[in-house]
Amino acid sequence: MRYAMVIDTKKCVGCSDCVVACQNENRVPIGYCRDWVIEHAKGTFPNVSIELRSERCNHCENSPCVRCCPTGASHYEDGGLVKVTRQECIGCGACVQSCPYDARYSHPDGFVDKCTFCHHRLQEGKLPSCVSVCPTECMYFGDLDDKESKVYQLLQNRNWKVLAPEVGTKPHVYYLI
Amino acid sequence: MDEEIIISGRMNPKIDPTLGIWGWEIPLYLFLGGLAAGILFFAALYTILGREKELPTAVRKATFIVPAILVIGLFALFLDLKNKLYFWQLYTTIRLESPMSWGAWVLMLVTPLSIVWCVAYWRDLVPNWKFKVEWLEFVEKQVNKYRKPLAWVMIVSSVILGIYTGILLSAFNARPLWNTSILGPLFLVSGLSTGAAVIMWMSKDHLERTLFSKIDLILIGIEIFFIIHLFMGFLASNAAQIEAAQLFLGGAYTLLFWGGVVVLGLLVPAILEILELRGKRIPVALPAFLILLGGMIFRFIMVDAGQLSKYLY
Repeated sequence: MRYAMVIDTKKCVGCSDCVVACQNENRVPIGYCRDWVIEHAKGTFPNVSIELRSERCNHCENSPCVRCCPTGASHYEDGGLVKVTRQECIGCGACVQSCPYDARYSHPDGFVDKCTFCHHRLQEGKLPSCVSVCPTECMYFGDLDDKESKVYQLLQNRNWKVLAPEVGTKPHVYYLI
Repeated sequence: MDEEIIISGRMNPKIDPTLGIWGWEIPLYLFLGGLAAGILFFAALYTILGREKELPTAVRKATFIVPAILVIGLFALFLDLKNKLYFWQLYTTIRLESPMSWGAWVLMLVTPLSIVWCVAYWRDLVPNWKFKVEWLEFVEKQVNKYRKPLAWVMIVSSVILGIYTGILLSAFNARPLWNTSILGPLFLVSGLSTGAAVIMWMSKDHLERTLFSKIDLILIGIEIFFIIHLFMGFLASNAAQIEAAQLFLGGAYTLLFWGGVVVLGLLVPAILEILELRGKRIPVALPAFLILLGGMIFRFIMVDAGQLSKYLY
């Protein structure tokens, strides 16, 4: 099993519902967030283009954060999820430095926190909260090893990109372009 | 125009608008760790070469400050942790892939080693000293008996400690300014040169001072070569690293780096030492202080600037 999130930048309107849903679902402390929306503007008028991206931890296959963690608190879970065990985290900040996506932050309670793809919801057979609330349904979640899955199909039929592939992290959040 | 705006208002503290997860604690430790590694390296080296008698400062006197330096450095590292009471988790596992795990274990080896080394030379400092505790005398006897093998362990572990301070940073491929393999050797040489500067400063013996003055000159030469190499590497690399190098080539850190580190911390002390070797009277404190200051500034701006450098996507 290989969990992946596919986000359609053509359908995203940048409403930030995913951000609020995550903060609510995961009890993210006020002033912090595990996901966020980027507006990437390019060109000069009249030739301008805008791309909207809902970003979060990419649950990389070759995760620099897992590699550099001195205590093993950052680790892989089934399906390629990257998670932090709170009780093992000493808050050294190495993983925060190692993430090219700046997806991790230091939780006020003294550990490093980030998106878990809503692992607790997946175990109940539900979708991650950000995906489940998206009003334009531009976010998809599934198993890339399952050829029948929507995520697999979308990556077969549409043009897509991942963020900063040159860092070699092999991200598992894909953007349809 | 090519502009990215976070429209959902992400303002995670210490991440936005620029990364600042590591403050003064880490660069201070990197400096102190390199300094301790430098002093221990020369103490071990000249013990192995059998020159304890000629070079009393390098082998004995200077090593007395090492435990203090390491303890201050370790305390700085401790302060950096967000979950301080869990620091012992570093020692419940060995993770070969993680430079920080290496660093934690090497410190676990080097710190007691440096203390033991000093205990065995304690009578130099206080003649006719009697240890109140019996086992300390036992330690002293054993260390003096096995001084050479101990020196071998210390020379290897001090090199690992010195090079680790650079590798800690260079292993982060997310920060283009750090992600260069020359950083390990550069930090090692810089650490050795600060160590030599301290020995030179503390020494009262002319022969020893001249020797360490020459050693420092060579190390400064190697450092300058490595720095040129560093920038050649950046400018011949990918867009992210070319961008990162701009922080030092016209960007915010240009003056501090070229003025503070290269001119004040390397070139000026080198010139002063050459003048001294040619017979001019230069107070030894001056080049030694400048080398230490330059080393310290170098660690601080590398850690700071590295956190500003990132991949653009």
